[in-house]
Amino acid sequence: MSGIGSGITGEMKEMTYAFPIEGGDFIKAGHASSNIKKILNQLSLDPAIIRRIAVAMYEAEVNVVAHAYRGSMKVFISPEKIRVRVEDEGPGIPDIEKAMQEGYSTASEKVREMGFGAGMGLSNIKKNTDKLDIRSTINKGTVVEMTTFTKPKEA
Amino acid sequence: MAFHHALKIQEEVCIGCTHCIKACPTEALRVIGGKANLIAERCVDCGECMRVCPVNAIIIEEDDFSKIFNYEYRVALAPSVFIGQFPRNITSRKIYSGMLEDGFTHVYEVEHSTGILKELINNYLAKNPDIRPVISSFCPAIVRLIQVRFPSLVGNILPVKAPLDLAAIAFRKKLADEGIPPEQVGLFYITPCAAKIAAVKSPVGEKKSPINGVINLNTLYNRIYSVIRREEKAYCVVPEKEQLLPDEMVWTLTGGEAKHINGRCLSIDGMSNAIEFLEKLENGTVGNFDYLEMRACDESCAGGILSTNNRFLVSERLHNRAAQYFIDKNEGKIVDNKSILANRDYIIENASLGTIEPRSIMKLDEDMVQAMRKMKKIEKITNFLPGIDCGACGSPTCRALAEDVVQGRARTSDCVFVSIKVKGGESMNQVVDYTEEIWGKDRFRNMLPE
Ligand SMILES: Nc1ncnc2c1ncn2[C@@H]1O[C@H](COP(=O)(O)OP(=O)(O)OP(=O)(O)O)[C@@H](O)[C@H]1O
Ligand code: SF4
Ligand code: SF4
Ligand SMILES: [Mg+2]
Repeated sequence: MSGIGSGITGEMKEMTYAFPIEGGDFIKAGHASSNIKKILNQLSLDPAIIRRIAVAMYEAEVNVVAHAYRGSMKVFISPEKIRVRVEDEGPGIPDIEKAMQEGYSTASEKVREMGFGAGMGLSNIKKNTDKLDIRSTINKGTVVEMTTFTKPKEA
Repeated sequence: MAFHHALKIQEEVCIGCTHCIKACPTEALRVIGGKANLIAERCVDCGECMRVCPVNAIIIEEDDFSKIFNYEYRVALAPSVFIGQFPRNITSRKIYSGMLEDGFTHVYEVEHSTGILKELINNYLAKNPDIRPVISSFCPAIVRLIQVRFPSLVGNILPVKAPLDLAAIAFRKKLADEGIPPEQVGLFYITPCAAKIAAVKSPVGEKKSPINGVINLNTLYNRIYSVIRREEKAYCVVPEKEQLLPDEMVWTLTGGEAKHINGRCLSIDGMSNAIEFLEKLENGTVGNFDYLEMRACDESCAGGILSTNNRFLVSERLHNRAAQYFIDKNEGKIVDNKSILANRDYIIENASLGTIEPRSIMKLDEDMVQAMRKMKKIEKITNFLPGIDCGACGSPTCRALAEDVVQGRARTSDCVFVSIKVKGGESMNQVVDYTEEIWGKDRFRNMLPE
């Protein structure tokens, strides 16, 4: 596992892992999510929750690959919740509300050829997380933060 | 829970070389005391370890052939890949006559049930549009792989029995209808793999298998081939026997199942291909598929670990038999109305599988806080290890050793490098002493100066 900056605070309160994401490289897209999924599996999270997180993580990772230049994926794990923060350097999202709409996409021809760009990513993330927070600065980058509670229905 | 595994490591043959521990997709093997050891709950019976063993130390435990004679009626349930072993000039009738000669009273091909199964799958897909993709329950190694490595996908497995079970149910019923007492009937499956043995001995999703025993396909092939060659003169009279239809013949080959299923389907064969795809599927990134035919072996059952001949040849032979089906007069009668259809309703009633439970082998601990603690320790140890995954500690990777240490299955000093580093001041003699526990007595003696 090539996690950088894996750390822990307090008495087993939180573990963190960080993985880099390369923009434009679709073969490697999913690498960060896969690694985090492996960790969550070992930490004996409920498989159904892991699957939701995996789907959300992957969509956010692909968005960095498709729409930004480079980024990172950080996960904060505690017994109560899993928080995943995907941060990128990129063009930013001008209108987040619009971007959240199903079917809205600015994906380039090249990205569409790769089978992405249906405009379903962000809404899919929303569907699969308990809390979603997106902040974006034009020409600087975007931060997508997704929180999932480990005990079902605690949200 | 006890898991029955058909594969057996012959201690006296095993040279403890680490080939198998590296090949196993679930890290189920370790070398201890110079011999390969199995962690039973991890093994999915795929047979990858057997394929790579350079000295054939891993064998498949099979039922003694004489066991068939405990029964008045001795039914061989044969998979079509058994016929596929034989050269094309040997007709299937000749093969069956050889089997009858050898002691069976009936031969019934497993794939006769696939016509009904095809209906059941398509019905299930139509009735459950929310479950996608549905993954075939055909290959027991794949079902087990999903249980242990992809627990979030167990709900996608088709809850319908595999052709083997359906055929067993059908034939048992047929004989019962003929007035034969059930306890006098023994059903024996000619198995191309270890996974099907596990499926018979410790079934998933059903309490007890309807099959009484398993016969190693390779062993039977050798017996029958010699019977046939001995009897070149004329083959004995084969009782009227239904022939498999061409599509049924190739069901167990790659693509043979998927082509009958409605919607968007994929056929995936080979363990590493299956793992790669399931990984993607778990991320929800493979698009919308309706059905996945997935088999652990390259070329599906033609590549089963007990398939005697080369998998590509077996596959080609079966495809040829299927293609020549309608022109081959020696093969006997083509039956339009298959006998299995007489009991169609009965088979459908008994075709469902119970729940398939996830049983993750990845969890470090049931309790999350404990798991986090263990994870931390594992990372610490992993950072300390050389990271070359040499296998000399008896675990498949440095990371696996770290996990074994934390789970109490090994010690950090099992790593030869750690051991040399820690005991640096000591003599080579002592280092060799430490490694003996993993690698067996006297293994490294010849490394010592005279
Ligand atoms: N990290 C990002 N940086 C810049 N723009 C983004 C980013 N993530 C999303 N967007 C914008 O929001 C739009 C909608 O994103 P969404 O993930 O829903 O769809 P998509 O990526 O275009 O297609 P799909 O995810 O279905 O393949 C994108 O087309 C893009 O314009
Ligand atoms: S049969 Fe497969 S899962 Fe079992 S020990 Fe061998 S390689 Fe591992
Ligand atoms: S593909 Fe066929 S032969 Fe291979 S493990 Fe699966 S059922 Fe057995
Ligand atoms: Mg997207």
